[in-house]
Amino acid sequence: MHPLAEKYLRKAGLPLIFCPGCGDGTVLNVFLRAVEEMGIFEELALVGGIGCSGWLPTYLKADVLHVLHGRAIPFAIGLKVTDPRRRVVVFTGDGDCVGIGGNHFIHGARRNIDLTVIMMNNGIYGMTGGQVAPTTPLRGRTQTSPYGNIEFPFDVCDLARAAGATYVARWTAAHPRQLLRAIKEGIEHRGFSFIEVVSQCPTQAGRYLEGTNDPAELLALMKKRAIFADQAKRVSSQDVAGRIVVGTLHHLRGKREFSEALYESFPAEKKDPFTAGKAEAGEK
Amino acid sequence: MQRAVIHGNEACVRGALAAGCRFFAGYPITPASEITELMAQMLPRCRGIFLQMEDEIASICAALGAAWGGSKACTATSGPGFTLKQEGIGWAAETDTPIVIIDVMRGGPSTGQPTSSSQQDVMQAKYGSHGDYEVIALTPSSVQEAFDLTVKAFNLAEVYRNPVILLSDEIVGHTREKVRIPEQVEVVPRRKPQSSPQDYVPFRPTWQGFLEGMPAFNQGYKILVDGQLHDEYGVRAGHKPDISAQLVERICRKITDHAKDLVDVEEWLLDDAEVAVVAYGSPARPSLRAVKEARAEGIKAGCLKIRILWPFPETVLDMLCSRVRRLVVPEMNIGKMVREVERVVAGRVEVISLPKIGGEMHTPGEILRAIE
Repeated sequence: MHPLAEKYLRKAGLPLIFCPGCGDGTVLNVFLRAVEEMGIFEELALVGGIGCSGWLPTYLKADVLHVLHGRAIPFAIGLKVTDPRRRVVVFTGDGDCVGIGGNHFIHGARRNIDLTVIMMNNGIYGMTGGQVAPTTPLRGRTQTSPYGNIEFPFDVCDLARAAGATYVARWTAAHPRQLLRAIKEGIEHRGFSFIEVVSQCPTQAGRYLEGTNDPAELLALMKKRAIFADQAKRVSSQDVAGRIVVGTLHHLRGKREFSEALYESFPAEKKDPFTAGKAEAGEK
Repeated sequence: MQRAVIHGNEACVRGALAAGCRFFAGYPITPASEITELMAQMLPRCRGIFLQMEDEIASICAALGAAWGGSKACTATSGPGFTLKQEGIGWAAETDTPIVIIDVMRGGPSTGQPTSSSQQDVMQAKYGSHGDYEVIALTPSSVQEAFDLTVKAFNLAEVYRNPVILLSDEIVGHTREKVRIPEQVEVVPRRKPQSSPQDYVPFRPTWQGFLEGMPAFNQGYKILVDGQLHDEYGVRAGHKPDISAQLVERICRKITDHAKDLVDVEEWLLDDAEVAVVAYGSPARPSLRAVKEARAEGIKAGCLKIRILWPFPETVLDMLCSRVRRLVVPEMNIGKMVREVERVVAGRVEVISLPKIGGEMHTPGEILRAIE
């Protein structure tokens, strides 16, 4: 076993539920390297949503909530505000984050609360058998769009930025080094950090949307499609169509962070307003 | 002792703060908004956290996150909001998470009657989320009880590590009356684990089926809290029939095995009663009046007021059956709890269901006619 796995994985949970060749394993690998390099493992509070990607934190020997479909961000908010020193990281998928959880996502970003949201985007509902997602490309054929998807997909990074996120980056599972840097930057950034990882899904999206279940082919495809953000600005929009714009897409420093603002907003008066008892919660 | 004239929703807030609630997340909804407003005002003055979330689901989920963050947490709502909170209630039951949910009942179904009262949510409180689980539900009938039972709800949430529902209603919530608020109330603090992080098994039942204690996050326990059925270590086991069955049985029996400890009723004039009114929440008030009027007419009537509705106080009802010849069950719904009464009575005495829908409470006269 890899020394990092030996050090940080909850071995009773193994083997991983991910299919062979899934991009989510890369995210787990890169995340462990990031927290090892940062030396912050003890400060982590992790939240996983529902879907393949939501399982990721359950394999880490850390404090972990594995919650309800779409609700990872509200749970994470509860953890963050009860102790802002926590480094709260949310692992979610495209369906979890912007399908069923879309409202929580935009409101989390709007508050600029210091969470790091890592969204693994495979463009499909994978765990349930390959149904159309809010990120499935137009005309993509899935189990629930058998005649081709007629809906336009979200650009989730655009959505995050528009809603108020202050760190937004996109990479693919074929860019582990860049992703490592982004995860470190995202965790370090005081505010709502959103990192999209375009992730290959050989079992579902690969077979139905790309016509191959070969992970190597899918990785090569993502690398070929990727275009760096600064380069994308220099070429025509036609040349960007169908490409995956990767890089740090937005980084705004200094915007007021929610949990800090919350504690600063407390009135000076400390006394129990109702004088109805001096009880304190058992732990603080 | 402090005396005040306040409404039931304020009494809930005072009770929650006295019981150690230091986190509240809510969403505006009639007739529960006063709870959210007062929490917004008062919690920051106790160094507690108030959040108005984007919706009802986010509110309960933030409260559940806060519970694992180390706070006593609460959310409040009414009818449609209570429906939305059900998935969070199920998660709390499955993960042994203490949380208090206040439902100030209004008329339903759907948007229903936002400004009128009802008791239509009593079965939703018990069965609202999918799957097998148990809750504790308390039913105040006065502003004083709204205070007392909110304190009790927080204490029970800690003892049982379970979602506890305070089933208030619009009448209790918006009635202003005198309450006595003690300087100190009995508070059950969050129980910490006895064992060290190395030896701690988060979901292993110990004495009487209770778990050992609940660490907050980032205290070194490295706990996995999973809404999928899991083993004693928190590791997923939904694919393992034996372990799955054990967990579901444990979370149900954690409550049902203690049903006798959870009996909370008030008996009025029942010693020699031949007819008993069985009531909970607001209708308990006209019930007592009706019983007094019946006594004035020479009818031996009494009243059983249920303050903890779930788990249902079967033992009390069972004993009552051997003493009376008739039970009258007034409810502000189509007749829901009466089915539980009939199940326990099993034909031994006459049971008269007295449902009332439309938003108004029973008059003493309506109950009196059923007694006669």
